[in-house]
Amino acid sequence: MNFFINIGRNTLNTLRGVGAASIMLFQALVGKPQPRKMFPLLIRQLYVVGVQSMLIILISGLFIGMVLGLQGYTILVDFGAEQALGPMVALSLLRELGPVVTALLFAGRAGSALTAEIGLMRATEQLSSLEMMAVDPLRRVVAPRFWAGFISMPLLALMFSAIGIYGGFLVGVQWLGVDDGAFWSVMQASVEWQNDIMNGVIKSLVFAIVVTWIALYKGYTAAPTSPGISAATTQTVVYSSLAVLGLDFILTAVMFG
Amino acid sequence: MEMRKIELLVGVFISVAIAALIFLALQVANQSNALRGETYTLYAKFDNIGGLKVRSPVKVGGVVVGRVASIELDSEYFEPVVEMRISNKYAKFPETSTASILTSGLLGEQYIGLEPGFMDDDIFVLADGDSIFNTNSAMVLENLIGQFLFSQGDD
Repeated sequence: MNFFINIGRNTLNTLRGVGAASIMLFQALVGKPQPRKMFPLLIRQLYVVGVQSMLIILISGLFIGMVLGLQGYTILVDFGAEQALGPMVALSLLRELGPVVTALLFAGRAGSALTAEIGLMRATEQLSSLEMMAVDPLRRVVAPRFWAGFISMPLLALMFSAIGIYGGFLVGVQWLGVDDGAFWSVMQASVEWQNDIMNGVIKSLVFAIVVTWIALYKGYTAAPTSPGISAATTQTVVYSSLAVLGLDFILTAVMFG
Repeated sequence: MEMRKIELLVGVFISVAIAALIFLALQVANQSNALRGETYTLYAKFDNIGGLKVRSPVKVGGVVVGRVASIELDSEYFEPVVEMRISNKYAKFPETSTASILTSGLLGEQYIGLEPGFMDDDIFVLADGDSIFNTNSAMVLENLIGQFLFSQGDD
């Protein structure tokens, strides 16, 4: 008996959470656009969410590309197929690692910060004060952060892939001696604009929505106490990582399956 | 931090992302224009297409001139019919041309090798929607081994 009660309660709670999160996003995004007021807020959030994540994205992209080049070379050289290093590095970065690793790093770097910031705003009653001044906190606080995440994640993923490919080039061509021309030309023969690059961008747009949405909702509904904010931050990172990895499988199956 | 500096850094951020996109577009992606722009369609019937796939390249002397658009089975004779889209840049192949299914390298992908035929007064030029009649099918390894074993038996 208790078993079924538990299942029912958990299902209802999950559905209630999804519904509340959808209502929050809807109220934040739908409404009369106010470009004059929103644009400076958006720029500031782009700085916090995008520019400040750039360093970690670029450095991890470079190293992941270099590792791909090194590991790929040691396997491919056994078959005398080291020219295939270019497409291997480029395709695995563009299709999978670029969008996914960017989303995971983004959840850890920017998502957790968003949750903690909004949670602390609620705990210190800044959100209530905004309401008292007849300013909608959803439109003023949540919306610019959402758009900033939505815009910066695909851009970060593109940077990640580009510098990763350059890292693979550094290790493969400059260090291990794969032929320069073959590296690029075999890569160009097998990478396609529509299928590979654009599908990667679509993937990272989906991840951007999911990660930013989870981070904002968890912050907005965090219990206004120190343990509450700490739990909300943890949940943001855990839930968005799981959601990104699960969605990646589905998107890969649909796009390349 | 003052707004002006933030705007500058966001501008740099967007520019770096656009530079990355341009790098991917120009240096990494496929830029052979064989399928962009105007194309015309040719058909060819084979006995066996082997491992040929949609989007496999069509090459003349190693140069990509087009791609395979679709592969279907003829409903009357049960023969595979391959539809090829050839770039308009490479028009006017004579109807005596030969299409063969070849393999690039020992383990590479399969492609259609188009061999232009001779040209004469009463020979037509292949236009949109025409079929190539001279075709060589893909080599199937099992058949080759079978033939080899069969010819060994004669000795």
